[in-house]
Amino acid sequence: MSDDRFPLLRSLGVDGYLVTFGAELSEPANRAALALHSAIERAGWDGVEESTTSLISTYLRFDALSVDHAMIRGQLQALLESQDWFAADLPEGRRLWRIPTVFGGDLCPQLDVAAELAGLSPEAAIAQIAATQVRVQTIGFAPGMPYLGELPDAWNIPRQTELTKSVPVGALAVAIRQLVLFPVTSTTGWRHIGQTAFRPFQPEAERPFVLNPGDEVLFEPVDRATYEAMRTSAPNGGATFEVLA
Amino acid sequence: MSPRLLIHQAGPGVTVQDLGRPGYVALGLSRGGAADRLALAEGAALLGQAPSLAALEMAGMGGRFEVTQDTRIALTGAEMRASVDGAAIAWNASHLLPAGAQLIVGPAVQGVYGYLSVGGGVATDPQLGARAAHLVASLGDVLQPGQDLPLGDDASKAAAGLALPRDDRFSGGTVRFVPGPQTNLFAQADQERFQSIPFTRDTRGNRMGVRLIPESGGFESEAGLSVLSEIVVPGDIQITGDGTPFVLLAECQTTGGYPRIGSVLPSDLPRVVQAAPGTVLRFQMAGLEEGVTIERRAAEARRTLASRRTRLVRNPHDMRDLLAYQLISGVVSGDPQEEP
Repeated sequence: MSDDRFPLLRSLGVDGYLVTFGAELSEPANRAALALHSAIERAGWDGVEESTTSLISTYLRFDALSVDHAMIRGQLQALLESQDWFAADLPEGRRLWRIPTVFGGDLCPQLDVAAELAGLSPEAAIAQIAATQVRVQTIGFAPGMPYLGELPDAWNIPRQTELTKSVPVGALAVAIRQLVLFPVTSTTGWRHIGQTAFRPFQPEAERPFVLNPGDEVLFEPVDRATYEAMRTSAPNGGATFEVLA
Repeated sequence: MSPRLLIHQAGPGVTVQDLGRPGYVALGLSRGGAADRLALAEGAALLGQAPSLAALEMAGMGGRFEVTQDTRIALTGAEMRASVDGAAIAWNASHLLPAGAQLIVGPAVQGVYGYLSVGGGVATDPQLGARAAHLVASLGDVLQPGQDLPLGDDASKAAAGLALPRDDRFSGGTVRFVPGPQTNLFAQADQERFQSIPFTRDTRGNRMGVRLIPESGGFESEAGLSVLSEIVVPGDIQITGDGTPFVLLAECQTTGGYPRIGSVLPSDLPRVVQAAPGTVLRFQMAGLEEGVTIERRAAEARRTLASRRTRLVRNPHDMRDLLAYQLISGVVSGDPQEEP
């Protein structure tokens, strides 16, 4: 935040700009990225085709065939100078989700090794994750897939060097003080510690992308039988939400 | 009853594709759409219709198809052996496919992705605003024998039996890229070496991206090992953990944790897309301004594709005669006309 290199405005590809708010993940940089994204969407500049955020940056793609780089760059620069983005509010209409989760066991065999890396017993690991209200810092990688953080410092554990070939939809995985929740079957370098019956991407639904950046999530431990029942009968895999004021 | 395209046989990678779904990248869904967008534009130009209409993309291998009403078709992209009721038909050309006739599209002769466009377009129900299959997102799926697809009304009066000249994008060559936010994570010497050595397209590749094997030495970046997951876009040249480049294509993920040395220009991406395993590619850096100029020129060329159409030399309805013509032209030069 005190680093005056940021925000840093650079081109990405021949038709995009990337604004980076920090050298590493921080809550203010994440908030800044989300707020700038909202502001770009609101601004509705000519030629802008889409925009998005990563953990600490905001990207916009524009029609470089009809709009000059200088134009977009100037607009972005002016917008960046218009306020302190690190102090920006979180997006409006945020939700707090409670997502029932089975931790460990046959479904997610990497809980024990992840807990050990975090220096915790499996029970303490579950308790700590369940007690941490994490925020959707960005949606990315796969459709509707949330990056959630931050977990307590103990969870600053590396990604594994070998990839796990396949984790199922609803898998909860951990690395570097973050959680990810898989919307599609995927390979991953993150450790699979929990399993939910929640589908973050529901292409057939009226609201296909269930979570939004800024939403908060609690992963609530349930037993295997409860999970199995929710898989088949509960809407949203038993997950519920309330709107945050 | 609206006309239908019957799929009697299909290679393992035949999908419906259009220009994809812009606007969902913030929700983790990449644009997707045709791997070789120029081929889609060529198909549209041959049929005199909008490039936004959906077509079949055929990875490496086509299939056996039939239509329930006489339908104009165009075959573009990677050249594949194609025939109607046993008689060969020209590639990069439009034809009238009579109802009930068997269109067979075989393996690619050169390149990877061939396209079968139809008059009126493939008219399956859009999902999230597009018809393109996005396999990673479980939107749509590869087509299976026995499926049949609805076709749109062919409003265009344009004739069939037209051809477009072929370019050289199916045989590798030089690909231009612009530098990006992470280019300087790579040593200057590596940036230069990246532009001086040849790369061979690996067997690993799909609609998400293709791996390229450097002739010598990888491009590991010490600083790049600790980059935070960042936004990635089609065309980005990621350098993976083992130092080999991986060029991201239409169906790539929306974020990635590998450092990127630059981004391939959109108009040069078809050259990467159409490089079959073993094909040699080289990279050349272009400045941003130069990149924009190249893109504007390419867009103009796409807009004026229709003006470069020529009539197929022989009557396209006379399949036997056409077969003879094709054999002769194939022996003599392969391409009757080269694009300037």
